[in-house]
Amino acid sequence: MAKTIKMRARRGDDGVVVVKALITHPMETGRRQDRDSGDTVPAHFIQKVVGEYKGEKVFEAYWGTGVSKNPYIAFRFDGGEKGGKIKLSWVDNLGQSDSLEETIQ
Amino acid sequence: MNIKRRQIIRGGLAAAAAALLPQPLLAAVWPQKAFESKKVADTISSLTGGAAVSEDGRIAIKAPEIAENGAVVPVGVSADMDKVETIAILVDNNPLPLTSSYELQGASSPEVSTRIKMLKTSDVIALVKADGKYYSASKNVKVTIGGCGG
Repeated sequence: MAKTIKMRARRGDDGVVVVKALITHPMETGRRQDRDSGDTVPAHFIQKVVGEYKGEKVFEAYWGTGVSKNPYIAFRFDGGEKGGKIKLSWVDNLGQSDSLEETIQ
Repeated sequence: MNIKRRQIIRGGLAAAAAALLPQPLLAAVWPQKAFESKKVADTISSLTGGAAVSEDGRIAIKAPEIAENGAVVPVGVSADMDKVETIAILVDNNPLPLTSSYELQGASSPEVSTRIKMLKTSDVIALVKADGKYYSASKNVKVTIGGCGG
C-alpha cells in the first residue's frame, strides 16, 4: 500500500512533544450512496490509531465513522527526546493497516 | 418447543458473561456499543458505565462558532486536570453521536485535536475521565452544509 501517513513530531521548550499527523483514508460511514449507481457505499473507516515511543504506547485513539475523511490527528506526550522515534499506526474495520516512524525534531 | 427456552437461557448466559468481564479488558477493545448508540445519553452511559458526569469549566473545546462544511469540522479538546485517562468527542445531533475516543497513557498531556463530521447544527460534547471520575463540557457549533452521508 502506498504511504498513507504524514507525520511531524516536535519537542517544545517545555519538554512536551507535539505530534501532528495526516492519514489518507476514505472514512466511509456506510450511509453514503454512490452518485452514479445509487448503491450504498459500505462502511470503511479507521477504528484505531496508536502512537508509540520507544516501544511504549503513549497515545491510543478509537475512531468511529464521525471522523472526517483523510483524518487529521494531533496529540501531545511528555518525556520524548529530540532524535527519538515516534511510531504511529492505524487499523481499519476491514483489517487494513499502515504505520510510520518519524524522528522527533 | 424447547428451542425458544434454550435461546433465552443462552442469551441470559451471554449477558451475564459480558457483565462479568473485567473492566481493563473492555477498555482495551474498540467500544462497539458506544459507537453504535444512536442517542447521546446512551453513548455517554455506555462510556461511563452509568457513572455520574459533572460539567466542568476546566475542559476547553476548540471549535468554530460556525462551520461552513460539516464534513470537516476542526475540533480540539484540552482538559486542565490531573490524571486524565480518556477524552471522548461526541456530536449530539449526529446519527451516531460518538466520533472518537482517546486513551491518554500516563505520559501524555491532556490535549487532542482532530476533524469531525457534523450532520447539522449541534452541541459538540467532550467527555473526560480523570482520576476515575467523569466530567463534560459542550459547545454549540452551527453547520451550514451537513457532512454525514449523501
